[in-house]
Amino acid sequence: MLNASLKELSAALAQKKISSVELTRLFLGRVEKLNGSLNAFITVDAEKSLAQARAADERIAKGATQPLTGIPVAHKDIFVTQGWLTTCGSKILSNFVGPYDAHVIERFNGAGAVILGKTNMDEFAMGSSSETSFYGPVKNPWGQAYVPGGSSGGSAAAVAARMAPAATGTDTGGSIRQPAALSGLSGLKPTYGLVSRYGMIAFASSLDQGGPMAKSVEDLALLLNVMAGFDPRDSTSVERAAEDYRRELDKPLAGLRIGVPKEHFGEGLTADVGKAVEAALVQLEKLGAKRIPISLPNSGLSVPAYYVIAPAEASSNLSRFDGVRYGRRAKEYRDLADMYRRTRAEGFGAEVRRRILIGTYVLSHGYYDAYYLKAQKIRRLIAQDFVEAFKRCDVVMGPTSPTVAFKIGAKAADPVQMYLNDIYTIPANLAGLPGMSIPCGFGRDDLPVGLHIVGNYFAEAKMLNVAHQYQKATDWHKREPAGIPP
Amino acid sequence: MPLSKDEVRRIAELARIGISDAEARAVQAQLNDIFELIGRMQKVDTEGIAPMTHAQGSALRLREDEVTETDRRELFQSLAPQKDAGLYLVPKVIE
Repeated sequence: MLNASLKELSAALAQKKISSVELTRLFLGRVEKLNGSLNAFITVDAEKSLAQARAADERIAKGATQPLTGIPVAHKDIFVTQGWLTTCGSKILSNFVGPYDAHVIERFNGAGAVILGKTNMDEFAMGSSSETSFYGPVKNPWGQAYVPGGSSGGSAAAVAARMAPAATGTDTGGSIRQPAALSGLSGLKPTYGLVSRYGMIAFASSLDQGGPMAKSVEDLALLLNVMAGFDPRDSTSVERAAEDYRRELDKPLAGLRIGVPKEHFGEGLTADVGKAVEAALVQLEKLGAKRIPISLPNSGLSVPAYYVIAPAEASSNLSRFDGVRYGRRAKEYRDLADMYRRTRAEGFGAEVRRRILIGTYVLSHGYYDAYYLKAQKIRRLIAQDFVEAFKRCDVVMGPTSPTVAFKIGAKAADPVQMYLNDIYTIPANLAGLPGMSIPCGFGRDDLPVGLHIVGNYFAEAKMLNVAHQYQKATDWHKREPAGIPP
Repeated sequence: MPLSKDEVRRIAELARIGISDAEARAVQAQLNDIFELIGRMQKVDTEGIAPMTHAQGSALRLREDEVTETDRRELFQSLAPQKDAGLYLVPKVIE
């Protein structure tokens, strides 16, 4: 059961081979056994989960099931969840119990899925290692001295260690794809606007997008079917007819044009990662795909533009944490201004404070044109690179991350080195394009490598098709971390 | 142009984040590294390029002017650090 796909779990539940209560207890037991060492979950509430499981069992008994009914899913602690502590990895929200459900949580609840718990993450999703959490770093199940990636590192570790059948994440600059790569999972960041941001605690609103993380591409398609959909409460939610993201999974790849950007294979890419990605491209060619050399000439400007836009939007979004309406307020202060200063100095960690300072500076009087406006123009250039590329190819592929997982603490003191982790993933966020990562081999110290796939706007079904065909021909996604007890 | 320690303190004040002298010094070096990275943008000619806000265009959806929210005042106020008689309390600002 621990290794079963969502489809298999759904069938086992429908055939009464197992109840949702039993399945939920099984995974809660895994969490109890492993969370002390991996620190993947911030909050677990067995009673709440089991109440949902009992309701799911009643629904199954009546035959009123949907594909995820009765299946436990772990949610990144960025999604506001009614009655559940929702911290976003921060001290400032350490007492915040969700007063309503995020759209994503509503969708899973509506489908009859069970909330297994809330997963650990970089504070306010700012990080690529899950080390900036107020609740301590997450460990990578493939080697506990290593980071699982971030910011959705708790979700990644939970699924990789089989503590959860699937999980949700969010991706502002790579926060679903990079931890999926570093933890040997499949993860998908949808087209901007496909999954509602309602109740997803905002980091950089023009980039943030929720998405699924799972053991296989087929599972991702099932999860996306639940997560995607128009929501009038999100001003950038896209009104589109519902799709079944499984519909193209079985299409053969003959004639598929894979664009391979030369900029994603240059300086900074480690040899082990490059080798695994090259082997994956050869495998896809065997399945009938054609490789098209392309160029994304402005790719190198992605990280600089991102580190203007994301902190600028974050400094604005995080101004709401002032100790007045919710969250933690400093205990001692002289006056109102002092209350704000102390509440925010005590409540935010070092990385969050740093990004608020960057954002405040670039938006301050006299600097707006030189930084924010300039970055938005470069953003247009980066998006146009992809428009040109997609005239010649169907998907763009490369490495998800320049390296495999690094040691906990290795980059913590050097923000710029940490930021460069997302050099290949950030362009898709800036352009608003869908991106995914799937396991494609192993590199240094037997750590997983991720293959990055970017599709055109709303081409999720096509990307899932390509990735699923790759997973049918390979078994990298079926490998499990050694050293995790069965 | 590198940021001075005083500028770091000014930015922190704008952001309403308390910062000690020692922290300002430590953050100053990190921010300057980050601004050096960001500075690569300045070499690019962006004359005539329209700024991009996000991928779904900039036209906002309109809706009918109708009540969509229910009254959840008590629930929301239950989360407040200090409140009284339906009001959020802050330190006195008017003498």
